[in-house]
Amino acid sequence: MTETALLTATELSCHYGTQHVVDSISFHVNQGEVLGFLGPNGAGKSTTMQMLTGNLAPHHGEITVNGYDLFSQPLQAKQHIGYLPEQPPLYKSLTVAEFLRFCARLNQIPTKQQSAAVAEVIERCGLSDLSQRLIANLSKGYEQRVGIAQAIIHKPEVVILDEPTSGLDPIQIRQIRQLIRDIADQHSVILSTHILPEVQTLCDRVQIMHHGKLLFTGAVSALTEQDSLEDAFMNIIQFDDDQLEETG
Amino acid sequence: MISLARNELYRLFLSPLAWVILALTQLILAYLFLSHVDYFLSFQSQLVTIPGAPGVTELVATMLLNNAALILLLITPLITMRLIAEERQNGTLPLLFSAPLSMSALVIGKFLGTFAFFIILLCMVSLMPLSLALGSHLDYGQLAAGLLGLVLLVASFTAVGLYFSSLTKQPIIAAISTFASLFLLWLFSSNSSDGASVLNWFAIPTHLNPLLQGDVNTSDIAYFLLLTGLCLILTIRHLNSMRLSS
Repeated sequence: MTETALLTATELSCHYGTQHVVDSISFHVNQGEVLGFLGPNGAGKSTTMQMLTGNLAPHHGEITVNGYDLFSQPLQAKQHIGYLPEQPPLYKSLTVAEFLRFCARLNQIPTKQQSAAVAEVIERCGLSDLSQRLIANLSKGYEQRVGIAQAIIHKPEVVILDEPTSGLDPIQIRQIRQLIRDIADQHSVILSTHILPEVQTLCDRVQIMHHGKLLFTGAVSALTEQDSLEDAFMNIIQFDDDQLEETG
Repeated sequence: MISLARNELYRLFLSPLAWVILALTQLILAYLFLSHVDYFLSFQSQLVTIPGAPGVTELVATMLLNNAALILLLITPLITMRLIAEERQNGTLPLLFSAPLSMSALVIGKFLGTFAFFIILLCMVSLMPLSLALGSHLDYGQLAAGLLGLVLLVASFTAVGLYFSSLTKQPIIAAISTFASLFLLWLFSSNSSDGASVLNWFAIPTHLNPLLQGDVNTSDIAYFLLLTGLCLILTIRHLNSMRLSS
């Protein structure tokens, strides 16, 4: 295999009190790959994403990004990560261009290249007509685009998107998916979702999470060979619930 | 860090709050300034006859800075309350947490942005006593000491406000607790008649008044710097621990 792992997580755990939200999961993302995190709500997807981006410290485990350890060299590691949380982190009183300019500065893009970087993401995310609009006046779909623009402005190796299409209408969902596909040409993408077709259309590899555990890791095609993705997903989840009942 | 401070100051001026506060502070202080000048003019003829009587700097400028200190106590919580509480409420904190920015740079950046706003406010306030120089002789040393006192005062107020803002998601709760703790620190001095008491040392006026009188002591300067530093460190620690177990 010539593929190199850009982001590696080893035995990641996080618990609130006695409840294990994320229970010792390990995985990696290769260069140029779209990895889908699939699972029902409350499976620990968002918590995992927060840990990968340094927003939440895991109780156990290691994360390396592009060779940098997220905990001992956080600044270098974070330069290679772009993150869009479930709720896009936008300052509503700024215009799109102002906000992206701030993100460029925040991500330490050299002053001379900032304008070019802002212009490029505005172009890539289809925000050209709206760059002078206040973020407060944008629709949810465009807010999401600004959120994605913010995540890719510093050309990170890994882009982490937490449920990027939730709360959008079907047309917007299609546009955002197209945008994610474009991004995947240049970056590795980790995507969390509970929408099954999204995984099928976007992801190379899929990981199924349930009750904080990783139940399945593999190519999307491996899941869909015998069954439809929905059946395969339900089988895996069901199997885990049955086992829990037996042991409990 | 600087970009964060710039952003903070810029966003402050995008909201009407900053403009309203600047305008109303200026209005109230202008009224007080005029009444101090009036008071001084009515006593001026008697004052000349007394040797060693207080001059215009003491009776007008120092009085005005004293009023300004009280007004700052009232408005600082309003400006600092949003700093972190609002970001937590709006979910924008992940943007800063996932940027290549250390926690101390984040906190100091936010502090500097807000501090810069108060420096602008103090510059506008100081124009009033300076205008007296047109028709009178000012004691510039005393005025400078007084202004230094106010600069140190807003630095510590801002830091206290920043800390309380990091403790909660509700800006209003941050504002109330900032105001309450600053007010308490202010009250400690009047409570004790005994100058050497411990509470008295913790009081803000104990350290501010000498500066306003033109008496610059390193211990007073150290008090404000310690209060500022302590609150900044507490904020950094709190945000770090929030990441551990949010």
